[in-house]
Amino acid sequence: MTQAATNPKASAPIVKADALKAYYVTNAYGVERTVRAVDNISMSIAAGEIYGLAGESGCGKSTLLKVLLGEFQPPLTVVGGAVTYNFEGKEQDASAMTAEDYRRLRWSKVSYVPQGSMHVLNPVRRIQDTFHDFISTHRDVTKAESFKMTSDYLRDLGLPEKVMRSYPHQLSGGMRQRATIALATILFPKLIFADEPTTALDVVVQRGVIGLLKDIQQKEGSTVVLITHDLGVHANLADRIGVLYAGKLVEEAPTRTILKTPKHPYTQFLINSLPDFEERTVRETIPGRPPALDNPPPGCRFHPRCPLAIDVCSQVEPPMIEIAPKHRVACHLVTDVSTVKDSHASL
Amino acid sequence: MQTLRDLVRYSPSFRYGGIILLVVLLFLLLSFFSPYESDERRAVPRNEPPSVQHLMGTTSQGQDVFWMLTFAIRNTLIVAGLAVVIGRGIGVVLGMISGYLGGTWDRILSAIVDSFIVIPRLPLLILIAAMLRGQITLIGLGIMLGLLDWAFPSKRYRAQILSLRERDFTHTAVFSGMRTFKIVMREHLPFIIPFLLADVVSGFLFAIGMEVTLAILGLADMGSQSIGTMIYWGNYYQALLTNRVWVLAAPIAASIVVVVGFYLVSIGLTTYLDPRTRVVRLQVKN
Amino acid sequence: MKLLKSFILPRIVQYLIVIFVGVTLTFLIPRLSPVNPIDSAMGRLTAFQTMSPEATVALRESLTDLYGMNGSMLEQYLSFWRRVLVFDLGPSFTNFPTPVSELIGTSIWWTAGLLGFSTILAWFMGLIMGTLAGYFPNKWWSRSAENTLITIYPVPYYILAFILLMLFTYYWPIFPLVGGARGTPGFTWSYISSIFYYGFLPALSIIISALSFRFIISKALTSSERSSDYVKFAEMAALPKRKILFSYLIRNTLLPQVTDLGLSLGTVFGGALITEVVFGYPGLGTLLLGAINAADFNVIMGITLLSIIGIATASLLVDLSYPLFDPRVRYE
Repeated sequence: MTQAATNPKASAPIVKADALKAYYVTNAYGVERTVRAVDNISMSIAAGEIYGLAGESGCGKSTLLKVLLGEFQPPLTVVGGAVTYNFEGKEQDASAMTAEDYRRLRWSKVSYVPQGSMHVLNPVRRIQDTFHDFISTHRDVTKAESFKMTSDYLRDLGLPEKVMRSYPHQLSGGMRQRATIALATILFPKLIFADEPTTALDVVVQRGVIGLLKDIQQKEGSTVVLITHDLGVHANLADRIGVLYAGKLVEEAPTRTILKTPKHPYTQFLINSLPDFEERTVRETIPGRPPALDNPPPGCRFHPRCPLAIDVCSQVEPPMIEIAPKHRVACHLVTDVSTVKDSHASL
Repeated sequence: MQTLRDLVRYSPSFRYGGIILLVVLLFLLLSFFSPYESDERRAVPRNEPPSVQHLMGTTSQGQDVFWMLTFAIRNTLIVAGLAVVIGRGIGVVLGMISGYLGGTWDRILSAIVDSFIVIPRLPLLILIAAMLRGQITLIGLGIMLGLLDWAFPSKRYRAQILSLRERDFTHTAVFSGMRTFKIVMREHLPFIIPFLLADVVSGFLFAIGMEVTLAILGLADMGSQSIGTMIYWGNYYQALLTNRVWVLAAPIAASIVVVVGFYLVSIGLTTYLDPRTRVVRLQVKN
Repeated sequence: MKLLKSFILPRIVQYLIVIFVGVTLTFLIPRLSPVNPIDSAMGRLTAFQTMSPEATVALRESLTDLYGMNGSMLEQYLSFWRRVLVFDLGPSFTNFPTPVSELIGTSIWWTAGLLGFSTILAWFMGLIMGTLAGYFPNKWWSRSAENTLITIYPVPYYILAFILLMLFTYYWPIFPLVGGARGTPGFTWSYISSIFYYGFLPALSIIISALSFRFIISKALTSSERSSDYVKFAEMAALPKRKILFSYLIRNTLLPQVTDLGLSLGTVFGGALITEVVFGYPGLGTLLLGAINAADFNVIMGITLLSIIGIATASLLVDLSYPLFDPRVRYE
C-alpha cells in the first residue's frame, strides 16, 4: 500500500491526540446541554499512512476530524487533552496556534476535503478564480501563475480543460468533488483530512475519487486521515482503521486485521454486516440504536446493545489496551485477563 | 395557549410590543368615555398648549387633542382591522385553494397572483380615493385597503401549505385514512396559527401606513378623526408655522407608538417561528 | 442565449400585462366612480357665475371632450390608449390649457432625481453596512448600528419626514421650509448647490428609512450566509477576511437584494410622494396634492398612469440586470 510505514525517519507521528476531550456546550432557554462528542481519545498517525476512521452517524467522527484540524469554534470546546502536529521535526500544539500559525499551516501543510462538496465552491466565481484565491493566500503568485498551476494539476488529475473557466453549477457532482479534492491538495500538503469524500456519489464516481486520493497520496507521500462509514472504501484505501463508537475509540488495527479478525463486538458486527459476493446469507444488524451523546450509558458505551456484555461492562469503562503489535481494543471481554478464555468468542 | 406563554416568557420584543399594544388598546377604549363628540368644534378654548385640563393641548378649531387622539386611534385601528380581515381572508382562501388543489389550478392562480403583486398599489389607491373624494367612509376605506392587500399573503399561505403537505406527518395521516378536512384542522392548523398571527400584524402595519399616507394627501375619510387626518388638519392649519407643535406631535407620536408596538410583536412571532429556534426549543423541552 | 429567453421573455410579458392592466384600471376607475367629474366640474364653474343655457351646453360638450368622455365605452377606451401612446394626457383643469404632460414634465425630474439618488445611495450603504455588521456581529459598532436602525426602521416615511422637518427647519432653522432650488435653472454653481441644499432634508428622510431596512435585511442575509459551506471552506483555508467579505459574502448576498430593489420601488415611491408633500418639494407629490384639492382629475389620472408605468419599467430594468450578477442564470 504505502512505503511510509517502513520508513524509520517518519517515526514521529505527524499528528497525535492525547486524552482528547471535545464537547459541544450549549445553553438555550435556560437549559445547559453538553454533548460529549469526543471523549478521551488518544491516537497517533504516522507520516505517509492512510488512516481510516469508521463508525455510525453521530459517533463523533466529524467532530474528531474538526478538532484534529484545529477547527474548534463555540459551541465546540476542547475540554481536556491536546492535539499535536509534527512537521519536519517541529512540534506544534494545535490549540495554541495563532491566526498567523493557521495561515502558515493551512493548505500548505494541513488541508481538508469536505463532506458534501455540492456547495463548497463559491457559486458566483469561476473555478480558476477560486483556485487563485486559495493559492495566492499561501503563495506569492500572479494570476497567470496560479492559472498555470491549476490547469497543470487538473490535467494531471484527469479533469477536462473546460473546468477552469466553468462555474460550479455547470459541473457534474463527480467533477465538482474531484475539483474540490484538487483545490484541497493543490499545494501538496503533508496532512490531508478527508470527511466522507465519497458519500452521496454514485459507485462509478466513487471509484474515481478513491483512485484520485490514492494517486495523490502515492505521488506526494502525504498522510491521509479519512472518515467514512463505508467500510468498503476503507478496505480499498486505508492502511490502518480506527473504529469509533459514541465518542470513544473502541478498536484500532491495520486494515487486514480489522477485516479478518476483529476483536471488539461492535467491530465484529460492522464487518459481518458487509455484503459478500460469494455467500448469500442473511445480514444481521445490531439491535438498538447508538446512545445520545449528552447522556451516554455508564461503563462501556456499547454494553446496552452488546450480546456478550457481562456485569463489569455496565460499571467500568474498558481501557484501550494493545493486545498485539499495532492492534488496540477497548473491551473487557478481550482485555480482562480473567475473561481471556472467552476471547475467541465471536458471532 | 402554550405558545402565548412561551412568547411572553422568552421573547423580550414580544413582551414589550405586547405592553405597548395594551396601552394602545387602552386609548382605544378611552374613546368611548370621551366627554366630547368626535366632530365637535369649539368645545374648548382654542390653541391652548398642553395643560392639566387638556393633557395634549387644543387645536385651532377648539378641540381637545387628547380626546381627539383616542378617537383617532380607534378609527385608524378599525380601518386597519377591516383591511386585514378582508385582505387576509381572501389571501388565506386563495392560498389554500392553490396549495391544496395543486396542478393547473395552482398554476393559473399563481400566475394571476404574481401579476397583481407587481402592480404598484399606491397610485391606484390614490386614484380611487381621489375619485371618491368626499364619499369615503371609514368602512369603505378599510374595504379598499383590504382588496389591495391579498396578493402577497396568498403567496405566503400557499407556500406554507405546500410545505406542510409534504411533511411526513401529513403523509402518515393520509395513509392512515384521515379525511382531508380533519388533516387540515388537526395537523396543519397548529402550524398555521402562529404564522397567521405574524402575517396579521404585518397586515396591520401596511394598512395603518396606507391610511395615514392617504389621509395626509387628504384622501381618506376627512370627516372622522384618524391618526392620518389629525396630521392632515394639523398641517392644514399650519401647526408648525404658528408655533402649535402639540397638535402635530400627538398624532405623530401615536403613530410611532402603534407601529413600533405592532413591529415588536411581529419580531417576537417571527423569531418564534424561525425553524432554527424552533428546533432548539423542541430539543430543550424534551 | 436561448436560456436567457426563458428568463427575459416571461419578465417582459409580465411587464406588458402590468402596463395593460394599469392603463385599463386608470381608464375604468374614474368612469366607474359615482362621482361624475364633469358634473362636479360644472358645479364648480357655475357656482360663482350664471351662464346662459347655450353656454352651459357648450361648456358641457367641451368638458366631455376634454375628459375624453364622448362616445361609447369602447370608443373612449381606444382613444384613451391612442392618447397614452403619444403621451397626450389631456389638459389640466386648474391650469387650463396647459397640458398635463407639461406639468408632469417639470415635476417629474425633481421626483426622479430625489428618488433615484436616495434609493440607490441607501441601497448601497445599507448593503455594505449590513454585511459588515453581519460578519462582525459582536463588535461595538455593529451592535450599536443594529440597535439604532432597528428602532428607526418601523417609523414610517412621513413620520421621519415630519421629525426632520420640525427639527431642522423649525427648531434649528438650518434648512429651508419649502422649495426645490433657488435662482434660475442652469449649470451654475449657485443653482446646483441650491439643489443639494433644498434637497438635503427630503433625501435624508428617504435615505434613513430605506437604509435601515436594507441594513437589517443585509445583516440577516450575511449572518445566515456566513455558515454556508463555501464560506466555511474559505475560512478554513485562512483566506484573508477582506477577500471573503467581498468576493464570497457580498457577491452572494447581493443577489436576492437586487430583486429586492425592484420590488421595493413601489413602496419607496409612496414614501417619496409624502416626503415631497411634507417638505414642499416641487415634485409629483406636491403636484398631486394640489390636483386632489382642486379636483383636477386629468392631472391625477396622469400622475397615476405615469407612476404605474414608471415603477413597472424601473422594476423591469432592475430585474433584467439580474443575470449580470448571477452566473447561474446566465449560463446553464
